[in-house]
Amino acid sequence: MTELTRTAHGPEVSAAKAGRFGAWYVTEYYLRALVRYGDVILADAVGSPLMYILAMGVGLGSLLTGNHSLFDGVPYIVFIAPALLVSSAVQGGVTEATFPVMDGFKWHRIYQGPIVTPITPRQIASGQILAIAIRLLVQSCLFMVIVGLFGAVSLPAGLAAIPVAMLAGLAMGLPIMAYSATIREERGQFSIIMRFVFMPLFLFSGTFYPLSELPIFLQWIGWISPIWHGTELARLAMYAHAVPGWLAAVHLAVLLMLAGLGFWITLRNFVARLSGAA
Amino acid sequence: MGRVPHITPDAASDAATSDAAPTRNATTHPAAPTHGTRAGGVGQGVVRARGLSKRYGDFTAVDGIDFEVQPGESFGFLGPNGAGKSTTMSMIGGVSTRSDGELTVMGLDPDREGPRVRAHLGVVPQQDNLDEEIRVRDNLFVYGRYFGLKRSYLKDKIGELLEFAQLTDKANARVDALSGGMKRRLTIARSLVNDPQILLLDEPTTGLDPQARHILWDRLFRLKEQGTTLLVTTHFMDEAEQLCDRLIVVDNGRIMAEGSPAQLIRDYSTREVLEVRFGSDANRAAAAELAGLGERQEVLADRVLVYADDGEAALAQVLARGLTPVASLVRRSSLEDVFLHLTGRSLVD
Repeated sequence: MTELTRTAHGPEVSAAKAGRFGAWYVTEYYLRALVRYGDVILADAVGSPLMYILAMGVGLGSLLTGNHSLFDGVPYIVFIAPALLVSSAVQGGVTEATFPVMDGFKWHRIYQGPIVTPITPRQIASGQILAIAIRLLVQSCLFMVIVGLFGAVSLPAGLAAIPVAMLAGLAMGLPIMAYSATIREERGQFSIIMRFVFMPLFLFSGTFYPLSELPIFLQWIGWISPIWHGTELARLAMYAHAVPGWLAAVHLAVLLMLAGLGFWITLRNFVARLSGAA
Repeated sequence: MGRVPHITPDAASDAATSDAAPTRNATTHPAAPTHGTRAGGVGQGVVRARGLSKRYGDFTAVDGIDFEVQPGESFGFLGPNGAGKSTTMSMIGGVSTRSDGELTVMGLDPDREGPRVRAHLGVVPQQDNLDEEIRVRDNLFVYGRYFGLKRSYLKDKIGELLEFAQLTDKANARVDALSGGMKRRLTIARSLVNDPQILLLDEPTTGLDPQARHILWDRLFRLKEQGTTLLVTTHFMDEAEQLCDRLIVVDNGRIMAEGSPAQLIRDYSTREVLEVRFGSDANRAAAAELAGLGERQEVLADRVLVYADDGEAALAQVLARGLTPVASLVRRSSLEDVFLHLTGRSLVD
């Protein structure tokens, strides 16, 4: 029959449960959507590190040093693996912070679905952010497996670089997500972000050689870059790169501050945009 | 059949005998409420608005409207695009905050208790916002989770909703493979996942072909039979006539009239309408010669409407005056005529 007979729990229960777990329900949605692109993300998470490690670590590395130590007294592949891990997470963070946000507000109006349920705009934002964090975590784990297969990491200490990479991804992604939430019309802003924000930071963050090798007038790019701060921490974890304790604390503080600030402004912008106009 | 019998104001006034029906309301109905249940006091309305307004800068989208929707009623907002219907819907869901006036939904203030209000509602937005890239069944699942429904519960519930929406065989299809009518039915199925007491439908059948519309109306009618309160915005008079027990006619954010479709037609139009066509250039000249015929006339670009209780008699008089229309038609008055009379404009632009 076509009669609807089953009865859900009452509205008060719905409201209470959504109040407590609403953000997680949104995360569930994004993870489900992620699985839909599972093969692409997997290929990206495994393929691109493999490519970089083969090209830069093995290829360029043997050219530069015959795979003997060049920087930090470690083989080149060991030197760049942490940087590639962090850069890959940051790139993932930037990607997730741009197009999917436009998809939510405008292109497919994804946010208009939960907005008419007990879910609040804050929960939509924080749920999506949690999903991004999970994605970065998974991606970094896969990266670590590849790096481990090449023996380019000292374990288990190196595993600490996984959450560091995730944090770096959020430190760059969330401020950009806050900005994406204000865009009414995408006229190439996102590719500008990729080319003129991500790429320079990737290239000038002590990724392929220590930041100190750069002339001083270019070093500031590293100082403001989540990639550099994340990479320094990841090197500390993955091969005991010498970083004084106070500097490690600064690296961590910068990443936490950027991520926290980005989180806060993103939530604010989501609330403003989703509850003001209709 | 239905879980909860619905009462309409019509039914209530016909059967002034009393409230055999309502199980939801412990209190008795005030004796035979008039169609415009504006009488203040402690109403039982599931949605109540008083002086409700929404302004965007200098633009006033909703301009101080009053209405009250009774439980189980099917209540319509009829008006052209831009009349403020969708804005009103957004305010009811607490998605858009009101600028002025009072509004309660199930006794709650949507601005302050949005999530609690929305837990009572099912919402069918004007534009479908289904996730096109995931399966039909997953769309319902994700939505059910937003209401905190358990996975095990949703498994069975989804089957039931798909059956209701006649989409059982599409359960595993991707949404972008569905037709427009199917997507609309899926959107409605999605809005029912929490068994809402109130269903908000914003232009439910816009863009659908006639057959798809009729299927949809049938589904909505079943919901109404089961006691769900329907709030429908539409700019189609036939939809309003099909679905609504009672409606308000809105234009430029204001209420122009309120009542059941039949009552509005009685109040603002004649029983019948004679449509006569004399050709584009001749209509206006011919209209001058029709003066005094019927109750009143409207001259449109392509035809002249003569409002009369007896259309055939009016036509006989037109011919008696020596006029020979290219085509003529006698029909019953509709809400379109009501709107034309109230605003001087046609509903569909």
